Amino acid sequence: MTTKQRICITVNGVRHEREVEPRLTLVDFLRHELYLGGTHVGCEHGICGVCTVLIDGRSARSCLALAVQADGCDVTTVEGLRDGATAQLHPIQQAFVEAHGLQCGFCTPGFMMTTLELLTENADPSDDEIKEALGGNLCRCTGYESIIASVRLAARRLREQQGA
Amino acid sequence: MKPASFDYHAPPTLAEAVELMARLHEEGVDAKILAGGQSLMPMLAMRVARPEVLVDLGKIKSLDYIREESGAIAIGAMTSKRAAEASALIERQQPLFHAATKLVGHRQIRNRGSVGGSFAHADPASEYPAVALVLDIVFKAVGPEGERTIPAGDFFVTYMTTSLESTEVLTEVRLPVLPAGTGWAIQEFARRNGDLALAGVATTLKLAAGVCADVRLAAFGVNATAVRLTGAEEFLRGKRPDRAVLAQAAAMAANDLDEPMSCVHASADYRRHLIRVLAERCLLEAAARAI
Repeated sequence: MTTKQRICITVNGVRHEREVEPRLTLVDFLRHELYLGGTHVGCEHGICGVCTVLIDGRSARSCLALAVQADGCDVTTVEGLRDGATAQLHPIQQAFVEAHGLQCGFCTPGFMMTTLELLTENADPSDDEIKEALGGNLCRCTGYESIIASVRLAARRLREQQGA
Repeated sequence: MKPASFDYHAPPTLAEAVELMARLHEEGVDAKILAGGQSLMPMLAMRVARPEVLVDLGKIKSLDYIREESGAIAIGAMTSKRAAEASALIERQQPLFHAATKLVGHRQIRNRGSVGGSFAHADPASEYPAVALVLDIVFKAVGPEGERTIPAGDFFVTYMTTSLESTEVLTEVRLPVLPAGTGWAIQEFARRNGDLALAGVATTLKLAAGVCADVRLAAFGVNATAVRLTGAEEFLRGKRPDRAVLAQAAAMAANDLDEPMSCVHASADYRRHLIRVLAERCLLEAAARAI
């Protein structure tokens, strides 16, 4: 009885048109319709933050958005971080590798997308600002210290890149 | 953890949304309004809510604004909390509402969550309803019969229930500008940063000739709705806001509470204790800000 809806969402610069059930969440749309598995599914009710993506440049939990709500929006996922031309890791990804910002890696896409929004707004955040920004993302491996160090390193690299 | 099936409409104008809600109501269809979705989506995922139809207000651009209007700040119901947080006007003219906004959830929640949605959802543990009672916020709603205004005192009915009719759309939240020299504070206790509070207190405190002329105090997270603590407010009138007096008022506020909620995270007694501690800290902070 449910009417499917035609939607058009731009993900990492590519337009995708699909017919979807209204109840399909954005994260399931990304994973099951577009086969972009980088965005993980955790709690599915807005607690853990692993499904964080950017919607029109703003971090959002993609389990708390319906795909139909994102119709016409510009979505950035973790797959959009890497440089398409050179295949080089984004400075945030590189920093997480070097500063041991991940162990199992399950929560990492969410942390990196939140970090992307933070560093776009604030090129040189304090530790307190980093902690506040990452408060909506849970990690069960690292104890967070190495994640905060990764964000600091990424911020420094991005500032150097901008200065260069 | 997947929502049950529903039909979805995203009307582009308020008039169409109101007309649609009225029509669905007449047809006996269980329709629910979707604003930012940061509370409704988890309820759908857990199937606590299973509406047949969702009416999304997200496409109605006319409900997204923050403007100053004759001594008040008018906020469109679909304005994001992030926009309220980023608003220099709100930070300057209504710092209590601004501080409360920063306590709501995390940045991902504030990016999508709407100002109006939190009031309409009326979670007793959320900050906004208590601030509404302290500030006498006024709500505007539009239904099939037209527009009406609802003062905060008549808005919150009980646990997650407001006096909005099922066919009405909350359109605007009007905050009075905080009068110059008025002290204010909001404090809460949550087990993790960004969680819903186990208990919290919001206050404004106005002095005249060194004594309390008007104190407004409200608690959240303890009863079925946020509650004004009028006994303590009246006790403080005409008194100097020194430490001992404020502590006495806080103890009175905690004692006067109806039996608080009890859950696995906090017993009723613990919540009552929190209200005493938080009320004292809030009153001290507000008194220090008052001129």
